[in-house]
Amino acid sequence: MDNTKPTVVLKNVSVRYIIGDFKNIGLKEYVVRKLSHNYHVKEFWAVDGVSFSLEKGDLLGIIGSNGAGKSTLLKVIAGIMNPTKGKVEINGNVAALLELASGFDGDLTVKENTYLRGAMLGYTRRFMDEMYDSIIEFAELQEFQDRPFKQLSSGMKSRLAFSIASLVNPDILILDEVLSVGDGAFRKKSEEKMMEIIGRGVTTILVSHSLEQVRQLCNKVLWMEKGKQMGLGAPSDICKKYEEFIKSGR
Amino acid sequence: MLNKIRKYKFLFEELVKRDFKKKYKRTVLGILWSLLSPLLTLLVMRIVFTEFFGRTTNHYTTYLFAGTLVFSYFSDATNQGMSSLVDNAGIFTKVNVPKYLFLLSKNVSSLINFGLTFLVFLGFCLLDGIAFHWKFLLLVYPIVCLVFFNIGVGSILSALYVFFKDIQYLYSIFTLMIMYLSAIFYNINAYEPTVQKLFLLNPIYVYISYFRTIVINNAIPDLVTHLLSFGYAFAVLLIGARMYKKHNQKFLYYL
Repeated sequence: MDNTKPTVVLKNVSVRYIIGDFKNIGLKEYVVRKLSHNYHVKEFWAVDGVSFSLEKGDLLGIIGSNGAGKSTLLKVIAGIMNPTKGKVEINGNVAALLELASGFDGDLTVKENTYLRGAMLGYTRRFMDEMYDSIIEFAELQEFQDRPFKQLSSGMKSRLAFSIASLVNPDILILDEVLSVGDGAFRKKSEEKMMEIIGRGVTTILVSHSLEQVRQLCNKVLWMEKGKQMGLGAPSDICKKYEEFIKSGR
Repeated sequence: MLNKIRKYKFLFEELVKRDFKKKYKRTVLGILWSLLSPLLTLLVMRIVFTEFFGRTTNHYTTYLFAGTLVFSYFSDATNQGMSSLVDNAGIFTKVNVPKYLFLLSKNVSSLINFGLTFLVFLGFCLLDGIAFHWKFLLLVYPIVCLVFFNIGVGSILSALYVFFKDIQYLYSIFTLMIMYLSAIFYNINAYEPTVQKLFLLNPIYVYISYFRTIVINNAIPDLVTHLLSFGYAFAVLLIGARMYKKHNQKFLYYL
């Protein structure tokens, strides 16, 4: 990895999204609706012209109301989606921790799910063999290793998800509200763990609804509203504008 | 490509394990059952159809088994493959992995199942008084073609299934039609030569007849059969790959 180059550069990135009647309809209904001109698909820009550049060690917070396009933007940076317009340049390997609790298989055991998730995150088998015990210990699930995953409580599930994900060692870390999970004691533990990873000097991009957290952690803030970039800059400045925007009733 | 394989090897292995375990519900009986079901079909057909077709066809049991062997692999692999994208949406909408991994993993499960049934088939050949000869080795050719054919059909179906959920009902009707049109339990010699040619339009029939020519007739199929076996597999694979490439992003909107 080249240290002098910016790690993440977005140039005028836009993503077109479609919503409408197309989801969960069958071929039959599709044909009927097409014939009766009752088939409506709307296109809109989920992300509309976002540009920023991050250096190594930067911590960018993304704020904005629901449906502002934050998660879509993260998917673009993670490489899951391609931008419709614009350019994304990534210099380094990316780990995206999005909606951690999904993607597990209820019928597999906790142990099998742990390995599957590790594989999804790009770990090697040897690494998983080495780390498995400490993952289970961190998640406090020692007694549940051979139980089917569906028997776990949702708190336990997110604890496991976090424990596996927290082993990532990327150049660029993408977090979607996963700074902390679980209850009291675990929340503290997970927060510390995340701080430790961020503290290693990786480039971090973080979506958060807690302005307090953003002020505390981030050195840059991107504010999005309906896909548009409303502001980019220092946390104190942007967060203040955002608060005023909310108070003024949009 | 090689780099990609190395990169996703661990994930692929874990997916195969998962699909295999889910399919057989971790029981010995699960594997046994998947062997038993083509055998039971075979038994029923043997009892019912011997009266009608068995007298005019040599080695009728083997003739039937070759048909059910190929057809049940095709039906299993493509039906499993159909749901591979929808079932794994939770994974590929969260991490950046190639989407064909899920289809391939389901196909591995079906292939293992086919391998086991194939061994039983070889046992039945012996019981039916068919001696093994070197030409049996040629069966590798239609099997490889069939594997790719199934992957191709699976990729087309899995892509369509994302967009239209009722494809599964249409496809079950389609498979039933294929079953009746594949001459699994009857012999096409009863038809006129021109009608017989029409059977070659059905890929499954082509693969079945390849099997029968080798095993029962102890002969090597003609060039046309070879070309068709390859051609059908190549064609569906090409269409499937194109659909995956074209809709790679569009899948995300639907799931």
